Amino acid sequence: MPKGIWIFVEQRDGQIRKSSFELLSEGRKLADQIGEPLVGVILGQGVETLVKAVAAQGADKVILVENEQLKNYSTGAYTSALNQVIRKGEPQAFLMGNSATGRDLAPRLAQRLGVGLASDCTGIEHDPEKFLVFKRPIYAGKAFAYTGSTARPVLATIRPNTFAIAAADESRQAEVEKETVSVDPADLRAIIKEVALATSKRPELVEADIIVSGGRGMKGPENFTILEQLADVIGAAVGASRAAVDSGWREQKFQVGQTGKTVSPTLYIACGISGAIQHLAGMGSSKFIVAINKDPEANIFNVASYGIVGDLFEVVPLLTEEFKKLVSA
Amino acid sequence: MNIVVCVKQTFDTEAKIVFDSQGRIDPNGVNLIVNPYDEFALEEGIRLKEKFGGTVTAVSMGGARAQEALRTALAMGADKALLVSDPALNDADEWVSTQALAQAISKIPHDIILAGRVAIDDGSSQVCVRLAEELHLPSVSTVLKFSVEGNKVTAVREIDGGTETLEVELPVVLTAQKGINGNEPRYPSVAGIMKAKKKELKTMTLADLGLSALEPKMKISKYDLPAPRQAGKKIPGEPAAAAQELVRLLHEEAKVL
Repeated sequence: MPKGIWIFVEQRDGQIRKSSFELLSEGRKLADQIGEPLVGVILGQGVETLVKAVAAQGADKVILVENEQLKNYSTGAYTSALNQVIRKGEPQAFLMGNSATGRDLAPRLAQRLGVGLASDCTGIEHDPEKFLVFKRPIYAGKAFAYTGSTARPVLATIRPNTFAIAAADESRQAEVEKETVSVDPADLRAIIKEVALATSKRPELVEADIIVSGGRGMKGPENFTILEQLADVIGAAVGASRAAVDSGWREQKFQVGQTGKTVSPTLYIACGISGAIQHLAGMGSSKFIVAINKDPEANIFNVASYGIVGDLFEVVPLLTEEFKKLVSA
Repeated sequence: MNIVVCVKQTFDTEAKIVFDSQGRIDPNGVNLIVNPYDEFALEEGIRLKEKFGGTVTAVSMGGARAQEALRTALAMGADKALLVSDPALNDADEWVSTQALAQAISKIPHDIILAGRVAIDDGSSQVCVRLAEELHLPSVSTVLKFSVEGNKVTAVREIDGGTETLEVELPVVLTAQKGINGNEPRYPSVAGIMKAKKKELKTMTLADLGLSALEPKMKISKYDLPAPRQAGKKIPGEPAAAAQELVRLLHEEAKVL
């Protein structure tokens, strides 16, 4: 008999990722609807201290798998470990964040288990007949597909910022189950030699609550400084349109749109971006969109919650000053 | 070096999505292209062949129209192409696609299998990693750059907030991020297009691959479109006044700050 909704608690250097808290919060609701336990799965080495936070976020049980091979993420070792605990514990569903790790790990794990995977979901509904129905943006958000599996477990990766984080309840206790796994040497063929993390203090683009983004209207790489100044006042990430990336003004990893990242922040501030269909596909699910553009006919104004028709080189620094006043008030 | 590149035919990025009478996505009248990420993988495959010699085989799965994508791959410089095509694959999920492609590719010599990190249509980013698992190969996904020396591949992949450098031995599966190795996918030349017409483009059904129809693990119950966004307010006035008003609206009306 399969048991529970399981959440992969993604940690890096002992820090739990924000998307894992989002999943635990939503997983709690789903587990209550289905009448099954919520289980958090932590992989790592020396990470027992994380159990408390996972319990506080709603887990009834925590499966803790500690092994030197699991200290840092690697595709093979993590697949090997999760395959073993999932086969043993037989969850109904196993949910992960659609992070770089989730995107790499989930397909390999699904294939090893011989099960289905709904990737990059932006919604989960419980259906008495179909069990879980996953909403997936396709064509970079131009349409949605609703998909489900009759087999168990069903795997899914969920886009960051999809679910709100519930208030943690520090008085909650979870049962802790320690599992030992053995990692097959065949799973250790790709060897990680170096991890280089950017030193930027700005939030990760796909996880950011606010994104300030620049397009062709920025006119050159040096001008992104004014967006960075704005971003740093309000704790935002800085994105770019394809035009800006293809011109070599920003790195590819900052591109928002159909051939870049798909984002859904609370606030997206588009500066000098005309609003091509490919760009709108990548940010159209933002809660609020602000557009600053010289061209009153620019397509971006058709989707913007608020727009200013004007020269961004004049408007953006003024906006930065206004935000400073607000933040210090 | 034996190089296999997985190529998917997708809708043009300009395409608008419309449904047919059965509520399925209607491909009629849509311009079809090679998935842009797969173009980068193709470019890398062709460069590997130019450097080390060998054969580039482009492999795709889809209907008859997918032959056009493979002809493009041949015109860019791939040597051979294989299309897995079968009406029984119409409702294929990622698991089914993987079984079919793994069976096809297992019959082709492969030192390196390349593909785009994601297809811009279903955006599921699964099949090539699943393929690696099915073929018992290591994989590195979202590769920003890589080099091959002898039997050893050094690859730098994108991770959240940084990069990771890995070493792995051939054979291996690599999925390409846009701009991999700083290269631009080449346009097929006229000579390339002419040559492509004479190159081998084979089609195989499931029966040809020794497979029977496969039951997908995932089933799509419906499709819909996002609610259209309403245009909001354009804030009038001089830049200073407009900036002030915008911040007020974000704070008081939208309550985002």
